[in-house]
Amino acid sequence: MAEVVFDQASRVYTAGAKPAVNRLDLEIEDGEFVVLVGPSGSGKSTALRMLAGLEEIDGGQIRIGGKNMVGVPSRDRDIAMVFQNYALYPNKTVGENMAFPLKMRGVDKEERATKVRAAADVLGLTDYLDRKPRALSGGQRQRVAMGRAIVREPQVFLMDEPLSNLDAKMRVSTRTEIAAMQRRLGVTTVYVTHDQVEAMTMGDRVALLKDGQLQQFATPADLYDKPANAFVAGFIGSPAMNLFTLPVSGEGVTIGSSELALPRSLRSRISSAGLSRVLLGIRPEQWSVGSSSSADGSGSGVKAQVDVVEELGSDAYLYAHLDDSEATPVVVRTSGRSGSRRGDHIVLTPTSEELHLFDPESGERV
Amino acid sequence: MTATLDRPTDLAPAKKSKVGSTLLAVLAWIVGIGFFFPILWMVLTAFKQEADAYTSPPKIVFSPTLDQFKEVFNAGVGPYLLNSVFATVVSTIFVLLLATPAAFAVSLRPVKKVQDVLFFFISTKMLPVVAAIVPIYVVVNNIGMLDNIWTLIILYTAMNLPIAVWMMRSFFQEVPKELLEAASMDGASLWRSLREVVLPVISPGMAATALICVIFAWNEFFFAVNLTAAQAATVPVFLVGFITSEGLYFAKLCAAATMAALPVVIAGWIAQNKLVQGLSFGAVK
Repeated sequence: MAEVVFDQASRVYTAGAKPAVNRLDLEIEDGEFVVLVGPSGSGKSTALRMLAGLEEIDGGQIRIGGKNMVGVPSRDRDIAMVFQNYALYPNKTVGENMAFPLKMRGVDKEERATKVRAAADVLGLTDYLDRKPRALSGGQRQRVAMGRAIVREPQVFLMDEPLSNLDAKMRVSTRTEIAAMQRRLGVTTVYVTHDQVEAMTMGDRVALLKDGQLQQFATPADLYDKPANAFVAGFIGSPAMNLFTLPVSGEGVTIGSSELALPRSLRSRISSAGLSRVLLGIRPEQWSVGSSSSADGSGSGVKAQVDVVEELGSDAYLYAHLDDSEATPVVVRTSGRSGSRRGDHIVLTPTSEELHLFDPESGERV
Repeated sequence: MTATLDRPTDLAPAKKSKVGSTLLAVLAWIVGIGFFFPILWMVLTAFKQEADAYTSPPKIVFSPTLDQFKEVFNAGVGPYLLNSVFATVVSTIFVLLLATPAAFAVSLRPVKKVQDVLFFFISTKMLPVVAAIVPIYVVVNNIGMLDNIWTLIILYTAMNLPIAVWMMRSFFQEVPKELLEAASMDGASLWRSLREVVLPVISPGMAATALICVIFAWNEFFFAVNLTAAQAATVPVFLVGFITSEGLYFAKLCAAATMAALPVVIAGWIAQNKLVQGLSFGAVK
């Protein structure tokens, strides 16, 4: 077990081109579960592979347990990795697959068997030890890959989208299993995914990357409540946060023809940033919905028309557009059986004072 | 088949493909018989008396005899057979030993300009052997290696190497890169991950490659006839020894040819399962 540090670590595939990973700084504590998340091409897998020793480190350092890993081959880093396609050895049985890392490290046969049996017990693979990978289901293969990683008790686990080949139901249950196992073993884990739900549910902390740049490294709650910029705000949360670029007015902002009053604290942040326009972020659950007839006339509501209603049972999502602008969509999360229907005119009022403000130019949080 | 299917037609798809597959089957049989007939004729002739072998139309009904095979043995096929086996086996082993790392390098750890390297390999097959035989003869003669089985082994290795590299490369390319990465994370050295992980995966491909090399080396005639004499001559050279200007030799030649073909047929039959796996490696991965 060890802490992992990315210190200005960069990877440049072709000289002169934009780096795949650009001066990444991460300090991952011993025993922590950190998720690297981002859209495709964000450099999250490259960062993981740099840590694994499968990609070169072109600048900066990566340290595991205080030791600089630049130039250290994978096999000497004491790390284990679960691959997206599992990369099980097809000619070896489940037991041999799991024993392979021990065998390579010169562990004697009896100890190997004991450790493999223990891991197989934990993973529910005891009955499959003599089977070849091709005779297993996707979920079982995934567990064998996990087993191969845990038998060796490495300092760091690396997981590269290990759930993406599983069906939806399996993904949810395996997600919980992996998180629980990591907490039990207490091994520092770096997990790559493009799925923000996995990121939010599994990680102690989440590093969000875009175009090789770290956007924010924080706990899931902080990422959700205090996104560092508009990209983070839009990426985390499902459905995504509503983002409107709006002119600043006396009491708040103008949205279409109506004015949306903002609390004093937010107004002072806008004025101290000296913005005449602002990017306002409102989460779908931060709206309260009223019918247009019951509008209180205070001018703080936003009129919209419902396009689609998604009933999920416990919740419902209303996909609407602003009355003043057909092109401005807005998503609202309400309790189930909201009673709203397609075509309804509604009035939306922000319920929370914790709205998100970003600089429309830089996207940075105001 | 594609042509049949592509042609616009009023037939329902099921019926259309049935007609198509029947035509295809008939065609396959015609081609198959066309290919097989000379072999059948050779085997039949091998069991005839010389006199029967020359009748026109050929006799289908005759009393089979092993006389010709006895004559072939009496003519001393033994040393030739031994030379052929030795040259074939040793050159094939050399080819596999050299082609496997080369193919690994050009597929899983490609160097810069790997396409040029591959083209260079295959370009060595573009020169007709007959154009190279004089310089080869001179060199071999000058280093005193004429009529030496090792000369054939070196030449057969060189002759089969490009094909083997290309074949093995396509098999290596089917190996998921992650397998090697996983092995390296698991602590295996390059050599061990090759031996324990990659080679078992590509063994059907290796079997297919080996068989091709065996066939080519076994049947090679041109180098053998030009560079060997009494000591190092191989079976194909022995075969043509039966062609004489006097007397009848058809049946004897056929008996010798049948015997020469047998080892390759047996090798192919043994490797059959592996070979089919090897040739359909990419499809069923």
